[in-house]
Amino acid sequence: MPALAVARFERRLCRRNPVLGGGRKERAVRRATTVGRGAKPPAECDEVPLRGATLRGVVGTLLEVRNLQTHFATRGGVVRAVDGVSWDVREGETVALVGESGCGKSVSALSIMRLVAAPAGRIVGGQILFKGRDLLRLGEEEMRRVRGREIGMVFQEPMTSLNPVLNIGRQLTEGLEIHLKLSPADARRRAEELLAMVGISDPGRRLRQYPHQFSGGMRQRMMIAMALACNPSLVLADEPTTALDVTIQAQILELMKDLSRRLGVAMLIITHNLGVVARYADRVNVMYAGRIVERATAREVYGRPRHPYTLGLLRSVPRLDEPRRARLTPIEGQPPDLTRLPPGCAFAPRCAFCVERCTREAPPLAEVDAGGHVSACWEAARLERVGEPVR
Amino acid sequence: MSPSAEVPVATAGVSRVPAGDALLQVRHLVKHFTVGGGLFGGTPGVVRAVDDVSFAIRRGETLGLVGESGCGKTTTGRCILQLERPTSGQVIFEGRDLTGLDQVALRPVRRRMQVIFQDPYSSLNPRMTVGQILAEPIAVHRLITNAARRRERVHDLLQRVGLLPQHADRYPHQLSGGQRQRVGIARALAVEPALIICDEPVSALDVSIQAQIINLLEDLQAELHLTYLFIAHDLAVVRHISDRVAVMYLGKIVEIADRRELYENPLHPYTQALLAAVPIPDPALEASRPRPVLGGEVPSPLNPPSGCVFHPRCPIAVDRCRGEIPPLREITPGHWAACLLA
Repeated sequence: MPALAVARFERRLCRRNPVLGGGRKERAVRRATTVGRGAKPPAECDEVPLRGATLRGVVGTLLEVRNLQTHFATRGGVVRAVDGVSWDVREGETVALVGESGCGKSVSALSIMRLVAAPAGRIVGGQILFKGRDLLRLGEEEMRRVRGREIGMVFQEPMTSLNPVLNIGRQLTEGLEIHLKLSPADARRRAEELLAMVGISDPGRRLRQYPHQFSGGMRQRMMIAMALACNPSLVLADEPTTALDVTIQAQILELMKDLSRRLGVAMLIITHNLGVVARYADRVNVMYAGRIVERATAREVYGRPRHPYTLGLLRSVPRLDEPRRARLTPIEGQPPDLTRLPPGCAFAPRCAFCVERCTREAPPLAEVDAGGHVSACWEAARLERVGEPVR
Repeated sequence: MSPSAEVPVATAGVSRVPAGDALLQVRHLVKHFTVGGGLFGGTPGVVRAVDDVSFAIRRGETLGLVGESGCGKTTTGRCILQLERPTSGQVIFEGRDLTGLDQVALRPVRRRMQVIFQDPYSSLNPRMTVGQILAEPIAVHRLITNAARRRERVHDLLQRVGLLPQHADRYPHQLSGGQRQRVGIARALAVEPALIICDEPVSALDVSIQAQIINLLEDLQAELHLTYLFIAHDLAVVRHISDRVAVMYLGKIVEIADRRELYENPLHPYTQALLAAVPIPDPALEASRPRPVLGGEVPSPLNPPSGCVFHPRCPIAVDRCRGEIPPLREITPGHWAACLLA
């Protein structure tokens, strides 16, 4: 999107939204620049609502997405890829966005980085508050300082996100020189440290190599090194292990979890793999057709799912830790066409718990029990009695 | 076609089933690819994609073939179909060795042996309607010459795979991923095969759709007495659908056993590592689960390690493993593993 168009778009957004008054923004920016990562005391978080304490105690909210709407104009009509979604990531926390293809999880991440492909794709509403300031209101220059510097990214397919004609060293040092203003020599030293940190041996030689000389697992390690290069406080990982083999997947996930703990980096993992999320996420958001249908701690979501879609997903996968079932229990039907969403709940046509109201009225995301477990289902109470998710 | 009883009784290490029961026997299959040395130079080398693989599949059973990318599982499937000509070894299907047959002689065999591909987006012709896609193999093999009756058969096939007659007029791009894979399955069924090679048939599909397709494959097997070679990397899916399972690593089968035996009592350290690496969708369980992460990466098949190809990553390797190639041995009845220490 050209910078001018972004600015105009954002101004329009601000005018439309009275909440985004000027004074607030300045305060937010001031606070964001004075407060160091991981050091923000809870008392300073007065403007950012906290939803219950985590297991680690009360920590500040790092990223808060409020009522985000990202639409795409297509020949078939407007696709509401992200349709009024709100969620947050606390400092040092690992949050997952889970869902199937087309549910809007990747577009959510691209929206945060303001990388949604224009002109077809547009963020048409909402706020993305990162350390208190709204990323949707930043100028292109300011946004560039956030990307890579404060928020790192890891993508699914490292080969397509690395530049094939630049050596590994240059790709790592570029960000260090631009964002951290390191001298070429210092940047190179830091790049060697980074490669060693992500478990690549002989970093000096590796820096002179090109992406095609790296294996898939090593390329993903390199992506992680790039994402962490400038000490970001948040890393967005979009299907970081989907293209990798299962033994390499385990290595990469262990590495990411270990680094995020050691460096105190918060992570947003976007995946369709329920197993990956179970092992590594603190909290899970389940998405369907552009909306969040359920959110809770990982243990709650897996142990006591309160949305029929989550329950259906958990029941449909065969599991190695359980006796083999004679037959799998799929979710019947097909994912909906996003240009022609049914009125009411988008999952209703496939739902085993569907009642008449579901086809008329879209259920809001509502608390189903204390502790922040929310579900967008009229029949959530009925699901409580279903008991164990898999049998 | 000659009866399968003519196949000599398999010797140890060659086949795991009495020859009379076997629909397909693969014996000492080898496929090497030459790389480099072409227009752009480079050192010529030989990729040992499949390196002395032997197994058999009984009529009506499903053999799962698992392994990571590059282990040779897809090449094995393509060699069985004769889409790749093996470098050496035999592929005996319904009593006949296919490796020596020319294209004309293979045509009737292809009717008995079909394939379902991973990607339903690229394996269907975008310019043909679903009806044309399904009618073509029926016409090519002259199974039904009457066009009206062929149309009936197409509708019957669509219904069998859970689609509607009106889907015959649609183009592949008008269908969802799951529907396209159903068309791929219907196309394989159109010529009434005995064996279907399913090459990662559900890995490109969404989780909620995968279970639909797996159930469909199981129903079809029961109704039509099909035999499957199910190639996949998802160990949970393979356990669900297979009667027996073979694990491949770097062009070789390292372990093969009945499903239950393999998953409950894996003997090869690679199989053990694979099973330990699979994440389980249960945070409470995951928290308590030990995670011995297998180090290293799969070595290049251009230059495989000496001795046991798994020894550089193996947690229990001893000196012997570097020098000696472990044969696939029957450790307990029906359970074969290629490990000196098993």
